[in-house]
Amino acid sequence: MGVEITSPNFKANAREALDDNSLQKALGLTVEKGFIKKRRLAADALPEFEALRDAARDIKNHTLDHLDLYIEAFEKKVVENGGHVHFAEDAAAARQIALDICRKAGARTVTKGKSMITEEVGLNDFLQENGIVPIETDLGEYIIQLRGEHPSHIIAPAIHVNKAQVEAEFRRVHTALPPDRDLREPESLLAEARGILRDRFLAADVGVTGANFCVAETGTTIIVTNEGNGDLTQTLPRVHVVFASIEKIVPTLEDASQILRVLARSATGQDMSVYTTFSTGPKRPEDPDGPEEFHVILLDNGRSALLGTPFQEMLRCIRCGACMNHCPVYQAIGGHAYGWVYPGPIGSVLTPAVIGIEQSMHLPSASTFCGRCEGVCPMRIPLPKLMRLWRDKAHDEKVVPTAQRFGLGLWVLLARRPKLYHLAMSVGMPLLAAFAGSRGRFRSLPFAGGWTRHRDLPAPQGRTFQQQWRARRFGR
Amino acid sequence: MNGRDAVLGKIRQALGAGADKAARQAAVDQRLATAPRGVIPARGQLPDADRIAFFIEMAEKYNASVARAATADQVPAAIAEFLRAHNLPPNLRRGDDPRLAALPFDKTPNIEITTGASDGSDPVGLSHALAGVAESGTLVLTSGGDNPTTLNFLPDTHIVLVSASDIHGDYETAWDQIRGQFGKGALPRSVNWVTGPSRSADIEQTLLLGAHGPRRLHIIVVG
Repeated sequence: MGVEITSPNFKANAREALDDNSLQKALGLTVEKGFIKKRRLAADALPEFEALRDAARDIKNHTLDHLDLYIEAFEKKVVENGGHVHFAEDAAAARQIALDICRKAGARTVTKGKSMITEEVGLNDFLQENGIVPIETDLGEYIIQLRGEHPSHIIAPAIHVNKAQVEAEFRRVHTALPPDRDLREPESLLAEARGILRDRFLAADVGVTGANFCVAETGTTIIVTNEGNGDLTQTLPRVHVVFASIEKIVPTLEDASQILRVLARSATGQDMSVYTTFSTGPKRPEDPDGPEEFHVILLDNGRSALLGTPFQEMLRCIRCGACMNHCPVYQAIGGHAYGWVYPGPIGSVLTPAVIGIEQSMHLPSASTFCGRCEGVCPMRIPLPKLMRLWRDKAHDEKVVPTAQRFGLGLWVLLARRPKLYHLAMSVGMPLLAAFAGSRGRFRSLPFAGGWTRHRDLPAPQGRTFQQQWRARRFGR
Repeated sequence: MNGRDAVLGKIRQALGAGADKAARQAAVDQRLATAPRGVIPARGQLPDADRIAFFIEMAEKYNASVARAATADQVPAAIAEFLRAHNLPPNLRRGDDPRLAALPFDKTPNIEITTGASDGSDPVGLSHALAGVAESGTLVLTSGGDNPTTLNFLPDTHIVLVSASDIHGDYETAWDQIRGQFGKGALPRSVNWVTGPSRSADIEQTLLLGAHGPRRLHIIVVG
């Protein structure tokens, strides 16, 4: 149940992605049109940006250290305002809670604002299996729902889909519209989706959204969107269900405002997203609109186990997507190759924590440790360090293949014994150089196929570092 | 064990929370009570006239159009002009905000005004914002009978009035204003920050206005 996991096939997935011309073109657009330059301009335009990153990091650190108490404070305020808080230990519990709410409301259709947590728990399939129709309303999410896919980017879910593919999908599904209509321009595609989804908003019984933040001070959930779909989702239906993971809590409105200042700038380069909405409980007696019921489902799903460990830093993540936008690996293969819900550097750290390192050992290895992700992370999460920790864990838990473990073991043996090391190097280097011949490089080597399959291995040249050092230092 | 106890229990165990409960609770209570301000960008901290000008500049950067009216009496004419210029139907829907009810629309008799929440059939919504925030050109709207939330999202065109004296440099001052009005720790059901009209870049990263919310956002700064 839940999203199918293909992370164990990461290498094959990546190969396929590299060979997919249409995907490669779409990924090219990402770099060219967008995110990286826009973030840079927005960050440069705000002299306080770096100080805000520090402040945002400190707020989340404080909150995570007191998470149990802030959750209690949040819960108390939600209940005071007439809402409900449900706790879900895992994905199955979260799905069941949502289904029970929908059933009680007699729901037939559910509109959805964009929510990665509902992807994580596999909500759509589950509702569908239980006779309730989920309708994604974010344009990108709607497109991939029609295509039967999952998001390939956390803030631009359909980034891998091109305009012609969207048009083909709309013609296939929107059969009530005239077949000769002109859909060549993106404007007409947007207008068509707007028209179709407007009716869905008005007809839905339950609206499901995620939450960018949950504010303990007031019992408020916050969503951030540009389209306004999240707002129609949570304003029009009779019941509003918020899916949030436990680490979304922040103490106060001021704290939320600090982090909001770095969120949109890091994500899309906007100073602030178009709609930042603070929802506090259900409709009040004097309100002419808004939902009659307000539910928050707080999901753990493996996160509490990260508290008190070096991976606690991961829980500062605000899902802006900057790390994947700047990642050379993501830029090359896109999001689907990662094989689960969260792609890019955050996925490489978060996925092992949720689905287990046995299933996802390739992800933390799919990094050159270039450090760009950490350089742009608004919450200053040390992503390379955390990926390195997962590599250690994979090694310690014997998830890494025997040959690789043997090789590393051999290296450790040598590295800890300087005399043996020197001997091995002074014998091995000339030997390798001699075998390599005049080309100075190997096209293939036994036990090193993983390296030489994609590139040559340069043969060692000249003397060892230690020999050169001695020569310079002591003139020998 | 229920889900609540299980989740909170796991969190406490992982954090090693135990003997120091009183000290931890005190730290939490203090932060919630004092709501300390953090880093406030200098860009919005300007004298009145400059702050309003910066608010307008930022709102226009995000594709809102902005007009000014020296007094509320001039607002109906400003609205009529905007509707004419964009060839929009003269049908407005608004809530029962007394500041909107008091606008002298008798001099613009062709404008028809209805009141209440929107059902999606209204071409133009008219709202009064609680505040504006100069640092990002953001409007702060609050739910209620005065200004129904549906008017912010369903009509194709949204006209929003904001008093010049309610345009602040930063979000934190807007929170202070809301706390002054609703009390500490309380909020109206919905607080909407709106920065420009609705948009999407989900098709090949081409920015398009008018996704699910209004295609046009027109702000009138009053005073």
